[in-house]
Amino acid sequence: MHPFVLWFHKLGSPPYFHRLAGRFLPWLYALALLAGAMGLYGGLVIAPADYQQGDAFRMIYVHVPCAYMSLFAYALMAANSFVALVWRIKLSETLAMASAPIGAAFTFIALVTGSLWGKPMWGTWWTWDARLTSELVLLFLYLGVIGLHHAIEDARQAARAAAFLALIGIVNLPIVHYSVLWWNTLHQGQTLATAKISPSMAWPLLSMIFATQVYFFASLLARARATLLALEAGKDWVRQIALTQKVDAHG
Amino acid sequence: MAEFLHMGGYGAYVWSAYAVFFVVLLVDAMAPSRQRRRTLHDIAARLRRESNRSGASKIRSTEIEGENR
Repeated sequence: MHPFVLWFHKLGSPPYFHRLAGRFLPWLYALALLAGAMGLYGGLVIAPADYQQGDAFRMIYVHVPCAYMSLFAYALMAANSFVALVWRIKLSETLAMASAPIGAAFTFIALVTGSLWGKPMWGTWWTWDARLTSELVLLFLYLGVIGLHHAIEDARQAARAAAFLALIGIVNLPIVHYSVLWWNTLHQGQTLATAKISPSMAWPLLSMIFATQVYFFASLLARARATLLALEAGKDWVRQIALTQKVDAHG
Repeated sequence: MAEFLHMGGYGAYVWSAYAVFFVVLLVDAMAPSRQRRRTLHDIAARLRRESNRSGASKIRSTEIEGENR
């Protein structure tokens, strides 16, 4: 077998994943903080005010990265759900279910910051517009997946049922993404794709998108590690961690 | 500084948006370590119970028999 394929199989083993993810985690958090600090400084201090929206446009630096991550997290959840349902890999179930709360958090932030942006620009907190409505549906899909996952007693059965729901919900992703093109909406068009944004405004946005992306992976790995410990509670490698942790706690 | 906070009159909206961003992500960032601590605590407690039971099982079973009589 190809060495990469071998490594991929090894990655699927919970103790190996737990150890490897643990080694990456501090670096991911540090990288996310660094890129986030750069993006915030660029977005709040360096970038000039928008000629139409004034300083209100600065909400873009939290709104767009979170909206983008709300879609990315769903795509990753659906991809892992597919692998989990077809090949029944424990790690994929874990990653799929770990994506849901982070994606829901990003969706929630995107909706709230969008509302805060809509009030001064459109004169309303909320409107039943294609982009806004489909993003709200996305939040409900996340909540449905999380709810279903918690409603079933057996952890692995729960993950597979929720993974199935996640796969069905994927039809909503293109609707969210293309809603500003397909329908005449109040929501403005795509910022980066049009290349009409000035570089001094664009680089902080890219930096924030990078930061949220890296943060997402950090949070995903941290959640997956914790879930694997619970799933493998009876195994030797988890016992050892639990016992040494106990010794550490008592000093 | 005051001008910076004022954000051209949009200060309340802009800073609320940033506050929501940070608070929600902070809550999200705390969740995994809390889950991990709780899981490991439960496993360690179960292991302690199990080792107590296997070590003291003989004594306890005779005690219970004694009480029943």
